[in-house]
Amino acid sequence: MTNILEVNELVTGYRGKNGYLKAVDGVSFAIKEGETICIVGESGSGKSVTSMSVMRLVEYENGKILAGEINFKGEDLAKKTTEEMRKLRGSEISMIFQEPLTALNPVFTIGKQISEAILFHQKIPKKLAMARAEELLTLVGLSEPKTRLKQFPHELSGGMRQRVMIAIALATEPDLLIADEPTTALDVTIEAQILELLRKIRQEKNMAIMLITHDIGVAVEMSQRIIIMYAGKIMEIAETNDIMKRPYHPYTKALLESVPTMDGERGSLLKSIKGSIPSLNELPAGCRFAPRCPLATEQCHQEQPPLETMQNRQVACWHVDKMKSLYEHEKGGEPVGANESH
Amino acid sequence: MLRYILNRFGQSLVLMLMVTMITFFLINLAPGGPSSVVRMEASQEERQAIIDRLGLDQPVIVRYGEWLVNAVQGDLGTSFNTSEPVIQRIMSRLPYTIELTVFTILVSVSIGIIFGVISAIKRGKAQDHVINFTSVIGLSIPSFWLGLMFILLFSVELRWLPSSGVGPRGADFELMTYLRHLIMPVVILSMTVLPNIVRFTRSSMLEVISQNYIRTVRAKGAKEAVVLYIHALRNALIPVITIIGVLIPRLLSGAVITEAIFGWTGIGSLIIEAANSRDYPLVMGITVIITFVVIVSNLLVDLIYSQIDPRVKNVA
Repeated sequence: MTNILEVNELVTGYRGKNGYLKAVDGVSFAIKEGETICIVGESGSGKSVTSMSVMRLVEYENGKILAGEINFKGEDLAKKTTEEMRKLRGSEISMIFQEPLTALNPVFTIGKQISEAILFHQKIPKKLAMARAEELLTLVGLSEPKTRLKQFPHELSGGMRQRVMIAIALATEPDLLIADEPTTALDVTIEAQILELLRKIRQEKNMAIMLITHDIGVAVEMSQRIIIMYAGKIMEIAETNDIMKRPYHPYTKALLESVPTMDGERGSLLKSIKGSIPSLNELPAGCRFAPRCPLATEQCHQEQPPLETMQNRQVACWHVDKMKSLYEHEKGGEPVGANESH
Repeated sequence: MLRYILNRFGQSLVLMLMVTMITFFLINLAPGGPSSVVRMEASQEERQAIIDRLGLDQPVIVRYGEWLVNAVQGDLGTSFNTSEPVIQRIMSRLPYTIELTVFTILVSVSIGIIFGVISAIKRGKAQDHVINFTSVIGLSIPSFWLGLMFILLFSVELRWLPSSGVGPRGADFELMTYLRHLIMPVVILSMTVLPNIVRFTRSSMLEVISQNYIRTVRAKGAKEAVVLYIHALRNALIPVITIIGVLIPRLLSGAVITEAIFGWTGIGSLIIEAANSRDYPLVMGITVIITFVVIVSNLLVDLIYSQIDPRVKNVA
């Protein structure tokens, strides 16, 4: 299968007092056609900035793509003019955001906000666009789509608004859908429904989805492959199954261990990662995770580990061998998050 | 909606009552009265006769009560000075003030919003600084002084514009002459509200531009003009409309000064005359009318508001 998106050594920065602060620093990954890939990381890991860079929306928020390529269908988005990029946004690449309550314009009807997404890119009569908007609302599972068209965002609940956002994103049948924490602001039942909807749409429309989340549970459930980001760098990329069963990066392992499980011992404390993500102006010299890493050695503090490819997966860690040895005595490979007995 | 209007109507009535009460007592507290101010040379008996005729020997409460009973029936009394019905005196002047203020609102709102938007879009650039600097100057210069300077420059020195008056009316009416008379008063009166509208539009626009829904519109692939002038401006105007409602009373009080400078025979110059001569019925009449105008214009602003912001309609 060919890659629809290839990001190479992307560096994106935000304007600060002394030049640019690199929120994304040399990130490379690829998304295949029709694939769901998840970018997972804590707040401040650079996952949203990565997605905003692909959309080229960073430049409207004081940011700038400083280096690297973003090849979408063989063309470098980083080199496109504003106008060329505008034509791609919302037509071939769409995005849904994390705040459904504030992501819709309060003064326009749902119908107008969906249909304009079509009208920005296609010369069709308004009536036709409205009819299409109604179909889209049905597709995303909203009841009474005709009434909804005339309603305003404040008349809808958060879950309904996120469905409207998905309808907008699907309006022009894009090849790549970027979903930046689409369920973070929603409660668990609605979250499950929205994720199910995204899964259904991916199958029906065969579009690639780049899902950004801080919840590794969501990532495991949704994706074929997972990218783990930390402090602007990629720590690990692997197929979801591999990541879940045998994380090669200590950070990935720590993330998985911090997910609560049903069969954990009652009353036992949930594992958490000590410390917090470094701020952009005081990044460590070596591996960015080193200050919080249980395996960190002198080398980790001095040198940044490169993202190395090994058997179908990529890891940036000096201690991959130590990590691998953890799994040697396992036969089938129990999911690491499920119990602590390794 | 009907309930909302009824509610507003009730509030307005209470407001009118309070305003007339306060004005009535205040003007009666002021030293002097029609008998002493108007006819200085009159004898003691003549003064007493005037007081008897006008009922000025009655207690203030009683006089207010009588005034209120008549006013409710639509009778605002007769002017002490000219013995004409108050309503007639006001109505002969009111249209001029309405002309002046309506033109001023149109000019200030359109120019104010345009400059506010430019200032917001070009934040930190030369255009923004020029607009900001000019609005601060506009806010700080007293309008009566600037009005006189305008007259010196444009009427006395350059002889471009007439220094005073409302221009010929009726059969002699001529559009160009009329507009020439209107220019300076409108410009000077605009100075009292225009800078506020500019600054308010700017901050409102800046706030809206950083909202999430603006990012959504960009993600949809909207042209930047659509993002700014349709999605952002529509939202940015909501608070601006509110501030216009607040500025209307200021505009009317500004009209008093402007009319005095430019000999604009509106209600502003009438109120000065009425207050100076302690023409109680006229003062009261003007108060009622101006309060009424302010209430109606605020109601209008609220109705426009509910048209622009769909979230308000439901509350109403």
